[in-house]
Formats: sequence, structure tokens, C-alpha cells
Amino acid sequence: MTETAPILQMQGIHKWFGTFQALDDCSLEVRPGERIVVCGPSGSGKSTLIRCVNQIETVDAGTIRFDGQLLDDSPRSRPIRKAIGMVFQQFNLFPHLSVLDNLTLAPMRVGGLSRAEALTLAHAQLSRVRIAEQAGKFPGQLSGGQQQRVAIARALCMQPRLMLFDEPTSALDPEMVNEVLDVMVDLAQGGMTMIVVTHEMGFARKVADRVVFMEGGRIVEVESPEDFFDRPRSPRAKAFLGKILSH
Amino acid sequence: MTRQTAKELTLQVLIGLSPVALGVWLAGNLQANLAARGLTSGYDFLLDPAGFAITEGPLPYQTGDSYLMAFLAGAANTLTVSIPAIALTTLFGALLGIAAISRNPLLAGVVRLYVDAARNVPLLVHVLLWYVLLLTILPDATKPFVLGPLFLSKAGLALPHPLTGEWPRLGYFGLRGGLQVSPEFTAIVMALATYSAAYCAEIVRAGLQSVPRGQWEAAHALILTRWQAIRMIVAPQALRVILPPYISLALNTIKNSSLGVAIGYPEIVSIGTTSMNQSGRAIECISIIALLYLILNIATSFTLAIVNRRVQIRER
Ligand SMILES: Nc1ncnc2c1ncn2[C@@H]1O[C@H](COP(=O)(O)OP(=O)(O)OP(=O)(O)O)[C@@H](O)[C@H]1O
Ligand SMILES: [Mg+2]
Repeated sequence: MTETAPILQMQGIHKWFGTFQALDDCSLEVRPGERIVVCGPSGSGKSTLIRCVNQIETVDAGTIRFDGQLLDDSPRSRPIRKAIGMVFQQFNLFPHLSVLDNLTLAPMRVGGLSRAEALTLAHAQLSRVRIAEQAGKFPGQLSGGQQQRVAIARALCMQPRLMLFDEPTSALDPEMVNEVLDVMVDLAQGGMTMIVVTHEMGFARKVADRVVFMEGGRIVEVESPEDFFDRPRSPRAKAFLGKILSH
Repeated sequence: MTRQTAKELTLQVLIGLSPVALGVWLAGNLQANLAARGLTSGYDFLLDPAGFAITEGPLPYQTGDSYLMAFLAGAANTLTVSIPAIALTTLFGALLGIAAISRNPLLAGVVRLYVDAARNVPLLVHVLLWYVLLLTILPDATKPFVLGPLFLSKAGLALPHPLTGEWPRLGYFGLRGGLQVSPEFTAIVMALATYSAAYCAEIVRAGLQSVPRGQWEAAHALILTRWQAIRMIVAPQALRVILPPYISLALNTIKNSSLGVAIGYPEIVSIGTTSMNQSGRAIECISIIALLYLILNIATSFTLAIVNRRVQIRER
């Protein structure tokens, strides 16, 4: 990997929920165009880690820099956060708005685009996630896979430089997982910088530059997918892989 | 028609008829009792002159007018207090409900305190409190307290007329012109608003909190401000939860305006009891009071139900 400046730097992140420590001294650097897959057992802090990146959760200690600029939960960080898109496990589409309105809302209200510009952008992103024909429907009329692709398109409409995915396929029926993963592979091949929390090992092997393994709020291993899946070093990673690969 | 549905239908008809039968039996009984005591009954008295004055209201009632006109003037007055009371309830309730979910613990705490305090004081006490407050702390009519376009004094509240745009002027005996409302009117409207707003705040808070957290998070991830998230994402979804209890609160507010009787505001109950004392037709007057409330509330719930339906069908 060439020595370009990192787009995202997380340094010494600590996060407590009351007396429970969810993140314990986590540090991670991500370079432009890099694809990071985060995995680990349930409750290990994967979601919390990426939610801290766009300030859905605030950190108790440590710093997060995007493009060298310090990120916090103040309004000052809003312009920086615009460059970070997020896709959730439960899609979180706005059920009272049509697909098109879901996509144009933020570009118009936050990005300052005109309605015509926002519509052009929305149609382009819907084609990109292969769902152009559903523009007029409401989220409740779509399948889970379609909803998640709309959610990806909605995040892309803000023209982000970093995309965060929190288990984007784990709420889906098995037959819909691939249509979402295909879109994500496309995105990766287009050069998008991505941090993906997922247990889809096929996806990780195919697109990940590095795999981050977490346990108990700590980043335990950061490896290439080959090394992580074929030669895990820590006994915890071995145990984890044994569990998810055994069936 | 199957035997089953025929049986069900018969049952429905019997159930439907039983209150009618009960009513007929009671009415017959009443007639017999009244006749035995030599009392006259019937609604013919409605066309007799009522002979009492009504101090204020939008209808041009005069002392010589009929009981019917007096009742109508009372109903108009009930509406006249209910509409601003419901409007203020909605405004205060929405603001308080939004403040109740504020991330600022002080603000949320103050709202909590207000809601608990206002709900635990009987409405009658609210009414008396406002009335006494207005009559004691406000200056005399000749030296009104000016609050922007509002002129407050012991003579009540004067404000620019919403239709003609005419401003109140200070004359030798106090304010003239504009829209002038009595201290009784102001007290009952403010009491209803401060009391119902506490309930409205709870309805709004519960509605906002019924929207899944993921919706807030998605709004945050799209860089909407908290206020934009409330306005565009959370409130429209909360409305479906808010409207049904809000409608029953609005209906309660109309019925609660009957407490105007305590401070002599001439609304339906006040007119009704005065008419009852003067005409001696107790049953008739009470049935008219009930009928007028029934009509007002059916009209209100019908209107709000249409709003409710329009909110419910949006989405999928
Ligand atoms: N808002 C919260 N309040 C209290 N505890 C929380 C909160 N959010 C997360 N936690 C706790 O923090 C820990 C880490 O949670 P997190 O959601 O990051 O785990 P995860 O690795 O994403 O797990 P999963 O695979 O189940 O999604 C868990 O033990 C969880 O119970
Ligand atoms: Mg998670």
C-alpha cells in the first residue's frame, strides 16, 4: 500500500455505557480507497466503533480525525460528517416518505441542491443500486433486499467519501443477501472507502484489504483476509472463526 | 342468509332496541309523575322570552330574546372559549412535548415538573387561580398593561381585531375598539390551555418517543439537525400515534369549558342552569345542555377524524 495520508484516524478510543466499557483503547487508520471488514462476537463493540465515527455515539476518550480534521458532536463537525455515509442493519428508511423523497431529502435540506438536481442525483443512485423502477414506492412496499439497496442509494446521494456499513445483510432473508452484497462489491470496485461490519466471509475475502477482529471492546487483530481466515493468530480469533465457519 | 347470521342479526336488533324501550318507559314514567304533581312539561317554553342578560358573546342576544336564543348564545360562547383554548393547548402542548425529549436535562426536568404540577391541580382551581390572578395583579382599565399588541387590565384583554384590523384606543373610561374580551373569558381560556397543555405535552412526548431510535440515527447520519429531524422525520410518524388521544383531549377541553360557570362566564351550562331556575323545566334544560354538547363534540370529532384519516393513509 502506498503511503497516502489516512482519510480516517481513530486514536485511543474509549467508550463507556454507564459503568460498562464498550470500547477499550481502539485505534485504527483507514486510507482512501481502503476496504475494512470488522468482525467479532456479538457485543464486542463493532457497531459502537463505527457509530463513533459519525458521532451517533460520542467517545469518552481518544480522538477521531477525518482528513486530518478533528471530529466531535458539535455543529462544527457537520460539514465534515457530510462526507461520511452510513447504512444500518435495520435499513432505517423513512416509512412516511417515498423512495425518491427518502433520497432527495438530505441533498436538498442539507446539501442545498435544487429539487431538479436532487432528483437527477437520486435517479442516478437508484440505477446504481439496480432499483430504478421502485422510485415512486414507499419503503413498506419493498422487500428487505430492495429496502437495503434504497438505504445504500440514500447514503450515496450525499456523495460521501467514506461509507460505514453496520451488518447490512444480517436482517435479510438468505435469498436477498447477495443482491445487497453485489451492490457493495460494485461500490468497492468503484474505489469507495468502506468500513463494513459483517460476518459474510465470502464478501470479506473478495473485497477486504484488511480484517479487523474485535473482542470485549478491543481491537485484537488487524490482518489481511488471507492471513485472518487461513492463519488466525490469537486463540480468540480461532475460536470465533471456528464458530462461524463450522456450518 | 344462513341461520347463524339470522340469529346474530336478531340479537343485534334486540340489543339495539333495548335502550329505546328503556327510554320510552322512563319518559312515560316521567310524564305520569309530572302530571301527578301538576307540573307542565315540554319544550314550548323555548320560545318564551328568557328575561335574563348575557354579558358577552358573538351572538346578538338581548334580554327580551327567547330561551332558544339564549341557549344558542351559550353554545356560541362555549365554542368561542373552546377554539382558542384548543389552539393554545396544541401550541403549548407541542412545545412542551418537544422540550420534554430535549437532551438538556434542566429543560426536560422543568417540563416534567410543570406537567406533574398542572395535572395534579384540579381544573376548577386553575380556573379560579387565573381569575383571581387577572383581577388582582392587573392594573385598572385606565392604565392597561401593554404587551405588544395586547392590552391587559382588570377589564380584560384587548387586542387588534382579527377581522377589521382595528387597534384598541385608550379613552377616558378605559380601552375602546379592537377586540375586547372579558377577564372571565381570558381566565377560562388560559385555565383550559394551561391544564390541557400538560396532557397534550404527555401525548406529544409519548408520540415522539414511539418513533424508533433508528429513525433519529438515520436523520443524524444524513446530517439533518435535531430540529429538522423532529420536523421532517419524527413528528410526521409520531402524528399517527398522537392524533387519537389528541382528539379525545380536544373533546374533553370543550366539555371542560363548562367550568366557566364557576366564574360566571355565560357558556352552555351557565345559561342552562339559569334557564332551569327561571322556567322550572329542569329535565328539558338538562337534556338541551346534553344535546348541545353532543352536537359540538360530534362535529369536532368528525372534523378531527377526517384529519386523522388523512394522516393514517399516507405511507404505503
Ligand atoms: N446505548 C447503549 N447503552 C448501553 N449499552 C450499550 C449501548 N449500546 C451498546 N451497548 C453495549 O455495548 C456492547 C457493545 O455493543 P455493540 O452494539 O457495539 O456490539 P456489536 O459488536 O455490534 O454486537 P452485535 O454483533 O450483536 O451487533 C454490548 O455489550 C452492548 O450491550
Ligand atoms: Mg452491532
